[in-house]
Amino acid sequence: MNGHPAFSVERSTRTSRIGSVIGAVLLLVLISVPFWGGRAEMRFIVEVCYYLALAQMWNLLAGYAGLVSVGQQAFVGFGGYMLFVLSIFLGLNPLLALVLAGVLSAAVAVPTALVVFRLRGAYFAIGTWVMAEVYRLLFAQVSALGGGSGKSLPVAIVKSIAASRSLREMTVYWVGLAVAVAAVGLVYAVLRSRHGLALTAIRDSERASESVGVENFKTKLWVYIVAAFGTGMVGALIFLEKLRISPDAGFNLLDWTANVIFIVVIGGIGTIEGPFIGVLVFFLLRELFADLGSWYLILLGAVAVVIMLKAPQGIWGLIAERYNIHLFPVHRRLLLSKDDKIPGED
Amino acid sequence: MSLLQTRSLEAFYGDFQALFGIDMTVEAGETVAIIGANGAGKSTFLKALCGLMPGLNGEVRFDGLELGDLTAHAIVRLGLALVPEGRKLFQSLSVEENLLIGAHTKRPGPWTLETVYGLFPMLHQRRHAPGTDLSGGQQQMVAIGRALMSNPKLLLCDELSLGLAPVVIKDIYEVLPEISAQGSTVIIVEQDINQAMAVSDKLYCLQEGRVTLQGHPDSVTRDQITQAYFGMEQA
Amino acid sequence: MEWVSTIIQGVLLGGLYALFATGLSLIFGVMRLVNIAHGDLIVLAAFVSLAVVSGLGLDPLMSLVIVIPVMAAFGYILQRGLLNYTLGNNILPPLLVTFGLSIILENVLLEIFSADSQRLLAGGLETASLALPGGLAVGTFPVMIFVSAVAVIACLQFMLYRTALGRVFRATSDDQQTAQLMGIDNRHVFALAMAVALAIVAVAGVFMAIRTNFDPSVGPARLIYAFEAVIIGGLGNPWGTLAGGVILGVSQAIGAKINPGWQILAGHIVFLVVLVVRPRGLFEKVQDL
Repeated sequence: MNGHPAFSVERSTRTSRIGSVIGAVLLLVLISVPFWGGRAEMRFIVEVCYYLALAQMWNLLAGYAGLVSVGQQAFVGFGGYMLFVLSIFLGLNPLLALVLAGVLSAAVAVPTALVVFRLRGAYFAIGTWVMAEVYRLLFAQVSALGGGSGKSLPVAIVKSIAASRSLREMTVYWVGLAVAVAAVGLVYAVLRSRHGLALTAIRDSERASESVGVENFKTKLWVYIVAAFGTGMVGALIFLEKLRISPDAGFNLLDWTANVIFIVVIGGIGTIEGPFIGVLVFFLLRELFADLGSWYLILLGAVAVVIMLKAPQGIWGLIAERYNIHLFPVHRRLLLSKDDKIPGED
Repeated sequence: MSLLQTRSLEAFYGDFQALFGIDMTVEAGETVAIIGANGAGKSTFLKALCGLMPGLNGEVRFDGLELGDLTAHAIVRLGLALVPEGRKLFQSLSVEENLLIGAHTKRPGPWTLETVYGLFPMLHQRRHAPGTDLSGGQQQMVAIGRALMSNPKLLLCDELSLGLAPVVIKDIYEVLPEISAQGSTVIIVEQDINQAMAVSDKLYCLQEGRVTLQGHPDSVTRDQITQAYFGMEQA
Repeated sequence: MEWVSTIIQGVLLGGLYALFATGLSLIFGVMRLVNIAHGDLIVLAAFVSLAVVSGLGLDPLMSLVIVIPVMAAFGYILQRGLLNYTLGNNILPPLLVTFGLSIILENVLLEIFSADSQRLLAGGLETASLALPGGLAVGTFPVMIFVSAVAVIACLQFMLYRTALGRVFRATSDDQQTAQLMGIDNRHVFALAMAVALAIVAVAGVFMAIRTNFDPSVGPARLIYAFEAVIIGGLGNPWGTLAGGVILGVSQAIGAKINPGWQILAGHIVFLVVLVVRPRGLFEKVQDL
């Protein structure tokens, strides 16, 4: 050795490499579903996709940046409405409108943030909720968008997505898949970026990271805008699939925030893997207990409460702790060559 | 039977061990001084007695009872009171309210508002002022008075002289004999060795979480103290 | 004259909002807990009253004799058995647990009482009115609510600043660890604070149920009004909270007067303006409950 210590910094692990192979195979299978699956399966997978994407975005906010929002439905509804506005009034192709809906959501997140960032902690949470209510009430006032009763996407625009119904459903399916993959990729990219370390610092201790000079405000604002972009795009996807939007459906607390929070908390907050597990559990419980009506929501709420109290790191946290698995390696690890040893580590 | 006895007391802050097997015996009526440099474990020891240290090994017997896992508020009810480092007055309470909250346990005994005001007449004049409007010395008097209001069998005083002018320190220390005379046993923790030696019947010196010297203040020499305090031979 | 009447109605509505807000504010003051389920607890109180009224045939206002102790006891148990375990340095557990609780409460009420809209009938009290000089008339019951709000806040202030329990609340709010050194059991004190808060919630819930229609889903909106009143008035100032409630009520009344669809929106917008211009509220009081 020429005097340099023999180590390297790596982020991937053996399990993460195995995980990415399995992930790639799974993704290929999912891409092929429209060629052999039925209409119901496709609709179901799209729903799973948008819940996964919403969960990733909320987790980025709450789990990493400490911004516990209960008002993300603001961006779901806003993104959904933007899809309708851009395609109906500006005649844009719905798929282009979907991406632009994300961009516009990010833009509207800036003034929103300037208001809600004046509140801290739990007050921030309720502040975001008020903002979502404001958006809901504002859109209910716009008669061109159907006011309180909402609006359907005109047939001509629906047809502009694809010529036939089955082709349109395939397109929406692939877009849904792409949005989910993009959401996961976005979070992964954010965490591996310059801001990633700052975010982990914020997550681990707000006070400590302030004292080491992390520019909390800028980082948080940036994350808030990124999450609004993702959430707005998912909102556009949701209502591209539903073909009809109304203020109550678009800005629905239960559907777009409560369920999402339960997914993340149950799966494991502050990890990329957590929302995957959470979505699995969420849909499993729904398939099993959906006909119980409100008891299903009581059960879901109770499970989330118990997990928050007894295992706040969620199901994935328990798995990762027990088996030391990280499928999305966002931590940097120090690897020493085999003949070197860290003093005191055996 | 001794009023307080600790055996092999160890305390931890997470992975960091702050106390290593402290054995200490305090008889009723004594005034005991614990001295030591910054970080020697003095305050940790007092916190451990009060039930404020979660990570604790060993045994603490107070008035014949093993304190074990008792919570801080339960321990206070048994007759142990702390004058915390930095006074820690309740900011939104007046002087008199601070004293009254000290009597929350309603333990009977000689200390009441009247007798505490008798001990510190200054506080009576300022009884309606917010605790934080007082000078450092006056705040220390409130903190002592507040602890006395629980009529403790054992009064623990953490760094009474910290941040106070010498003349104020003298005033504060002058009341200690009166407190003892009313039946309280006193443990004082001090960095000011002279002050501690002057008032105490027994001396413990801590260094890096261990007892390095113990004895009667008259029977230990300067050199012994210096060595026990700083952990080095005299040059 | 019509506008004067609108503003008076808004002020009186503000009394109800102040009642919604007082419990929320007390809990935050004593234990720094923001209870997302607060609005659902108000609705719970309304349904408890409904059950008492239909079960025992009591007058709704008389039902308070039962609803207040029931809600207070529920508050004590809820705090001691669940919410105490969420308190600590991490803001997530209290937030998410009370959020979960909110969903659970709403759906339990839905399961028991269905989604039907309900109303408590107080024997004509809800429609009675008082004549004011200048040909104005105000509802008797809204006036009663406003007076009750003032009385509740005055009692709470008396309790906080003149009683031993209030002293314990303030000391615990200042410094939990030192409070323990006074022999104060935090868990018990927090539970007592929640009991007091839910006693106030009981009053708010019953008044709401006589004044307007309610169903299991209206809780979140009550939480938001309570929250807005607290923030507009300034944290830690009960009379500020009353003022905040009044400002919110007047804004909503004026908004509704201009366009019925703008009632709630006008309230939110005034709240947001206050938040941007005076983030610490209009009547902030430092270092107190």
